[in-house]
Amino acid sequence: MTEKIKLYDTSKCTACRGCQLACKQWNGLKARQTEHKGTYQNPPTLGPNTFMLIHFQDYVDSKGNVKWLFCKEACMHCTNAACVTVCPSGALYYNEEFKTVGMDREKCIGCQECVAACPFEIPRYDSKTDKVSKCDMCESRISNGLDPACVKACPTGALKFGDKDKLMKIAEERKKYLGEGASIYGEKFVGGTHFMYVLKEDPAVYEGLKKDPKVPFSLTVWKSWLKPLSLLAAGGVVGGSILHYVLHGPKRPDPEGAAQDEKNQGGA
Amino acid sequence: MTNHWVDLKNSDVLLIMGSNPASNHPISFKWIQEAVDKRGAKIICVDPRYTQSAAKSHLYAPLRSGTDIAFLGGMVKYILEKNLFHLDYVLNYTNASFLVNPDLKLPGDNNGVFSGFADGKYIKDTWSYQTDGEGVIKKDRSLQDPNCVFQLLKKHYSRYTPEIVSRITGTPKDKLLEVYKLYGSTGKPDKAGVELYAMGWTQHTVGVQNIRTMCIIQLLLGNMGIAGGGIAAMRGESNVQGSTDHGLLFHIWPGYLGTPSGSLPTLAAYNEKNTPKTMEKESLNWWKNKPKYVASFLRSMYGESVPLDEAYTLLPKVDDGANYSWLMIFDQMYKEKFTGFFAWGMNPACSGAHSNKVRKALAKLDWMVNVNLFDNETGSFWCGPGMDPKKIKTEVFMLPCASSVEKEGSIANSGRLMQWRYKAISAPGEALPDGDIMSEVFFKVKELYEKKGGPNKEAVTKLTWPYGHKVRGQFHYEPRMVAKEVNGYFLEDKKLENPTKKGEFKEFKKGDLVPTFAWLQDDGSTSSGCWVYCGSVNEKANLAMRRGQADPTGLGLYSEWCWSWPVNRRIIYNGASVDTNGKPWDPSRAVIKWDEEEKKWKGDVPDGAGDPGKGRPPFIMKSDGVASLYGPGLADGPFPEHYEPLECPVEKNLMSPQKNNPAIKRFDKPGVGSDMDVYSGVTSCDPRFPFICATYRVSEHWQTGVLTRWCPWLAEMQPGMFVEMSEELAKEKGISSGDECIVKSARGEVECTAIVTPRFKPFNIDGNTIHEVGIPWHFGWITTKHRLYKKGDKFPEVYTKGDAANLLTSSIGDANTMIPESKAFMVNVVKKGVK
Repeated sequence: MTEKIKLYDTSKCTACRGCQLACKQWNGLKARQTEHKGTYQNPPTLGPNTFMLIHFQDYVDSKGNVKWLFCKEACMHCTNAACVTVCPSGALYYNEEFKTVGMDREKCIGCQECVAACPFEIPRYDSKTDKVSKCDMCESRISNGLDPACVKACPTGALKFGDKDKLMKIAEERKKYLGEGASIYGEKFVGGTHFMYVLKEDPAVYEGLKKDPKVPFSLTVWKSWLKPLSLLAAGGVVGGSILHYVLHGPKRPDPEGAAQDEKNQGGA
Repeated sequence: MTNHWVDLKNSDVLLIMGSNPASNHPISFKWIQEAVDKRGAKIICVDPRYTQSAAKSHLYAPLRSGTDIAFLGGMVKYILEKNLFHLDYVLNYTNASFLVNPDLKLPGDNNGVFSGFADGKYIKDTWSYQTDGEGVIKKDRSLQDPNCVFQLLKKHYSRYTPEIVSRITGTPKDKLLEVYKLYGSTGKPDKAGVELYAMGWTQHTVGVQNIRTMCIIQLLLGNMGIAGGGIAAMRGESNVQGSTDHGLLFHIWPGYLGTPSGSLPTLAAYNEKNTPKTMEKESLNWWKNKPKYVASFLRSMYGESVPLDEAYTLLPKVDDGANYSWLMIFDQMYKEKFTGFFAWGMNPACSGAHSNKVRKALAKLDWMVNVNLFDNETGSFWCGPGMDPKKIKTEVFMLPCASSVEKEGSIANSGRLMQWRYKAISAPGEALPDGDIMSEVFFKVKELYEKKGGPNKEAVTKLTWPYGHKVRGQFHYEPRMVAKEVNGYFLEDKKLENPTKKGEFKEFKKGDLVPTFAWLQDDGSTSSGCWVYCGSVNEKANLAMRRGQADPTGLGLYSEWCWSWPVNRRIIYNGASVDTNGKPWDPSRAVIKWDEEEKKWKGDVPDGAGDPGKGRPPFIMKSDGVASLYGPGLADGPFPEHYEPLECPVEKNLMSPQKNNPAIKRFDKPGVGSDMDVYSGVTSCDPRFPFICATYRVSEHWQTGVLTRWCPWLAEMQPGMFVEMSEELAKEKGISSGDECIVKSARGEVECTAIVTPRFKPFNIDGNTIHEVGIPWHFGWITTKHRLYKKGDKFPEVYTKGDAANLLTSSIGDANTMIPESKAFMVNVVKKGVK
């Protein structure tokens, strides 16, 4: 079986948002009441019902050229996935066939360990269902030989899904074609991601991208004994909660906002 | 489109101007991206705003709304001066060598108008060609005669210097020249350039002339008829092409046959007046066949039992010179000139320019029938903002209809591709396919005429309607039968000579489908509902249902995928893709190729090509056989000339003393429009409305949003009216991104959320700082949260904010088409609560 990745080429994305809609449709995600906040980007952030998002960013480069940057945000499907490491219930797991990170919401106990651990701030907690959700690379589709919904909807070829080797070659070619400033994002951290980017601009330019994402050091140290402990605890709930408390302190009321704050302060 | 969507991949330079395909025709970028990836194609985007398309372009140039002719006129001058034009093409396939009446005066010598202007319109005597004793047009193939089209073109556009163009458009001079240079590079025979436009070009008082200017450029560069070339008119709705083909507009019958006027009482008089003649010896003049198409159309309407002359008499005539376009309909409605109205798949309360006038006009009706999927601002206008239901007499009937996936039928896309679509699911509740509703209305109206009589009664009672059958008292319309009638039948047994092969005869039986329009007859022995679709259905199949994926040329013609009019030709004017000896200008991109052994053209269905070397000029739909650099047929001049939008931010037209298009219909003149038709900044700038405004679309919503605003996922992404403006203007007005603002014109106001962005920049117009803002047009009050919801009203899952952009636009239209000028009008913007 082959390792697969999804490749997103920013230079080809027109921000038509067919992907954002297709994601909602396939995953049966409800829309929420949004407000116009002075940008096309909506909903403003990922959420329990928004697994992916196109960022819209006005950008003026050092030469004064105006640009409009589009950038997709979704689960990176890390090779060393912090969320899988911390998940006490087995809800988050590696897809053995494709090496992507799947999610079984039935098993989720709402401990939010993954929310805290993810260096990309991807998993989102829904207090109404007490569950976390995130993009699972459309496991139901890729297991049946179909492209993820977002890839299927993309009209320009900005999104591709396929064998890692093949797509990395394409990524390299695109990087070369785009020339100075272009880069590949995703291969150099967390053991390599299964959602990779070809960036036309320097990674530092994109508001939505983490500059140096890392799995928290504390997690690497403690996981070897804390996780087994948590699994011993009844239903995993207690252990998960302890783990969460030890690593991150008390639970805060607004999971989306809280995740944001922690990451900004944590400097991971 | 002269070409088709897939063909965009064959282009070397794509000029996006007057459109924003990345947002509004997202799939087009599949092919544009392929051109970039595989051919190294370059994208140019010219737009007042840095759009999603601009974000994908290699070269972006800003221009002030409404100054496209100045911009492109400068390009004509550049191409001529730098010798970038394709001489062989220009000489043989255009009217460059034609000699024009020496009395013609160009605007540069005639105070900004062409000769012949009087009382608001042109008398075109001086626009004629010089002819010899036999009526053949005089030519100078050296292109040196000062009265030849080529020299006149040169003279006319010599005034469009980069300096003056830059002062008018606000485009920096270096950007202008960069665009001219890059697009001019496609004049080489082995290069192809395509232009992509949409409503950004049409919705101006000079809309037709915007496109004409580009046609001139494409002809000079030899870009018409070739793969990767042409003019891509991207339609604003998936079946606008089809509806236009089938006679949606008032001035044409199906198949672009002119609607008859009262002064042409007989079929003979109509044919005499409308069938073009030519003395050009080699010209095929295809429209000489018009009487065949007219006769076949009349047969499709009234069948064999009504003689052709009578059938012609029965069909309604328009008054001579009268205009029945959209703006006029609502003007007449406002003036209580008619009592009933069908709003069928339309939402004029939002889509009509000057929507306040439209909404008031609806209140003057006795009755209105609203046929749609959802209730909308039109059907419920009587309880909308500012309306007092007690004072409105209009009785409204809502007829729910089936959506496109709930019925069968064809659509014709921008590339003239007729694609059959099948019914996927049944319509909910009482909703019916439009054809069923229309049939029921027809049978009822017919019954009433039969019982009670009425003027021109037989026009209705004699119509044939063989399109379906009754089930339990209800008529079910059968689209496959309609497709056959559109194609046309033989109405009697007939033996005919093959129109393309002399001496070969073919026998047809009564009831046979006509193979192509070349076999249609003027004697009443054939029918065809729309001659350009003749050939779409044959005895074996409805070709629009085909799904073949063969592409032998590699050019993406996909000739077995559905069917495109005319005669399954994918690239029209392709006879101009080869030289006069029949050799493709670019062998690597040959649309058609002559097979010497088989003595026939291969590739696309040839258009006007004739046999190689026989000298037939390929533009066979023009009576003289060549394309028109000089176009004396239009209402507002044989060459496009820059005029300011009616509402504009400048005191003077820098090009001439004539400020606006002289041939437009001003609704503010006494006896023309109404008390509601007001403009601002016409003769002099109006400080109350200092900013230019244009309306446009976003990817997420469709038309006035009647369908998409009810779709929660789409409303979630684009939840309401916004106004995009520059950081400079925002600073001046104390506005921040996300602030609620009021955008106001002389006719109305709308509430919008501010998007403050560097993607809009103030223009430097002749030394003055001029701001432009933009608003989307998809919204309306019916999906807003704070309106009154009556019992039984549907609530949207996601509310949207704001009312229609067209509350601001004006009732002024293009001189030729009367399409409203929604892309350039004057407004003010203030933060909500600030005076």
